Amino acid sequence: MNQMVDPKSLEKVAEEVADWERTEVAAFLRKQRERREQFFTTGDIPVKRVYTAADVAHIPLEDIGLPGRFPFTRGPYPTMYRSRHWTMRQIAGFGTGEDTNKRFKYLIKQGQTGLSTDFDMPTLMGYDSDDPMSDGEVGREGVAIDTLADMEALYDGIDLENISVSMTINPSAWILLAMYIANAKKRGLDLHKLSGTIQADILKEYMAQKEYCFPIANSVRIVRDCITYCAEHTRRYNPINISGYHISEAGASPLQEAAFTLANGIVYVEEVLKTGMEVDKFAPRLAFYFVSQGDFFEEIAKFRAARRVWAKIMKTRFGAKNPDSMRLRFHCQTAAATLTKPQYQINIVRTALQALSAVLGGCQSLHTNGYDEAFAIPTEEAMRMALRTQQIIAEEINVSNVVDPIGGSYFVENLTSEYEKRILEILDYVDANGGTIKLIEEGWFQKQIADFAYEIALRKQTGEKPVIGVNRFADEDEIHDIETHPYDPKTAERQIARTKRVRATRDAAKHATLMERLVATARDDRQNILPVTIEAVENGATMGEIVGALKKLWGTYRETPVF
Amino acid sequence: MASPIRILLAKVGLDGHDRGVKVVARALRDAGMDVIYSGLHRTPDEVVTAAIQEDVDVLGVSLLSGVQMTVFPKIFARLKQEGANDMIVVAGGVMPDEDVVALKKMGVSEVLLQDTPPEKIVSRLRELVAQRGAR
Repeated sequence: MNQMVDPKSLEKVAEEVADWERTEVAAFLRKQRERREQFFTTGDIPVKRVYTAADVAHIPLEDIGLPGRFPFTRGPYPTMYRSRHWTMRQIAGFGTGEDTNKRFKYLIKQGQTGLSTDFDMPTLMGYDSDDPMSDGEVGREGVAIDTLADMEALYDGIDLENISVSMTINPSAWILLAMYIANAKKRGLDLHKLSGTIQADILKEYMAQKEYCFPIANSVRIVRDCITYCAEHTRRYNPINISGYHISEAGASPLQEAAFTLANGIVYVEEVLKTGMEVDKFAPRLAFYFVSQGDFFEEIAKFRAARRVWAKIMKTRFGAKNPDSMRLRFHCQTAAATLTKPQYQINIVRTALQALSAVLGGCQSLHTNGYDEAFAIPTEEAMRMALRTQQIIAEEINVSNVVDPIGGSYFVENLTSEYEKRILEILDYVDANGGTIKLIEEGWFQKQIADFAYEIALRKQTGEKPVIGVNRFADEDEIHDIETHPYDPKTAERQIARTKRVRATRDAAKHATLMERLVATARDDRQNILPVTIEAVENGATMGEIVGALKKLWGTYRETPVF
Repeated sequence: MASPIRILLAKVGLDGHDRGVKVVARALRDAGMDVIYSGLHRTPDEVVTAAIQEDVDVLGVSLLSGVQMTVFPKIFARLKQEGANDMIVVAGGVMPDEDVVALKKMGVSEVLLQDTPPEKIVSRLRELVAQRGAR
């Protein structure tokens, strides 16, 4: 029993609630029924009519605690947004490095405080722009990067020692990290001042987003190499962003998102510990990434519970001593899957509310989606609107003046603890059934995600899950008056010309030697693959060449789909 | 009793977004159709070959990577080459309005965008197969 309420007043509260149910509630229900028999969160957790002190009595007060102190339920830092607002990090990426560089500079001018980079499908999947598999995809949904020359163009004129840069990339992440480091070295920057992240969370790819190049074990080894390399060479850089976002977008419930993400985090910690590195040497740089979905309070509870559970895992399961190892920091993005094409302007409202729950949940950086993303990748105008939404939350409505203003809410504290309990149940199930990797191979996570996605599709169909403009207040005669992001048909041509130039002008003999060394390093999994990759990209090796050589050695991955 | 409608659902290109295609696969299966799902990362040639070999009524291609205007011309060219002109081709995913119009002109029978209710997809496919008539 905690100290929020003493036992005597607790009894009084319980009596008063019972009395209230018998009198006011009963009388009111006779006049007017409630909208539903039972109410649930989006993640199917039942919610009561009202929460009182009796609903938080079971929560140990130290579990709620204080911001910046274990278990960090109320926030990773003691002063939170009173010191500095979250990083406003709108993602951008299209065309060539030069095209995206212009968008970055526009966003910085508009007040954005961090960069986030979206890559095109070939880059994400490890193909060069002139590969037949890349046809039609070059620079379309993100920026195309084949060589170091592209990377140089991408971040040209941007102060990489002072702005943090996120790169949304997974199976081929280590190659982009190598290019990022090579670029910084070439510019004479201090590598320990680089801040930002590669996503590099490969396990959620096999679970959800399905971008992969190699078998699971080889991919996890690369992630391990990134973490250990950064711990030594780029101390401020986050070598991974352990991501629930894509798990959610693939259809998972908020609870599954949180639990599956932490399950993946546990695997990465275990893999690095196997190398003999101390947990406190690398764990402070493990970063997370969650979605902010539509269920306002559930999302806040999810963020708070994720922080609490991770802190406890790091302390008890892995014996971390440094509080930084236990401090879960996360980037957040509003939920793209909630955006609608019909009446697309209302996406601005959805996004604003989701952003508000991210802020009340204590995110460290935030991307707000563009209102036009149910059509295509966002225009400059849509990104400006999204950034302004964050700026209003930060500067006009005073929600950032108090740390964890929702803390102590009977409902949210109760839901936070319920989330903790249910996350731990899922983690126990995973442990008891052979661990995360085995369950990915068996399709267990994929099936859980597909089941919930199907359930939601049916609920939208029946109207049980309302979607304004789609199954509620739809406008049959709507004509979309919208200009979407244009795709320059010359993108591939421009991009491929540079890649060919790099291949033609590099030191060919040195390239051959480096590629041999790369394969030899890959073969011996006690070695770290980063140093030789950095050398190879410095000499003009392309991403497709590197991935291709390793596919020959390791093979590829093809999933057995479950639905 | 008429034999069930056969459909191949396919993901073409590098796109890994499979939430929608799996929801559709399950809805069609629950509605009694024979559903084959290609899995991810197929080429246009692979899916057309599979559609012909499996003798399906409908080839449904799901795309959320914006490459519809590259992929569908290749699919139709290959279908024509194979003489499979009566194959019903359906597109699904996220795409701008002008592409929807262009795809229909190209011969795509229906474009099913995000949030189309599963029931509506089932009834629309039944309608398309009925319109085509027996083969």
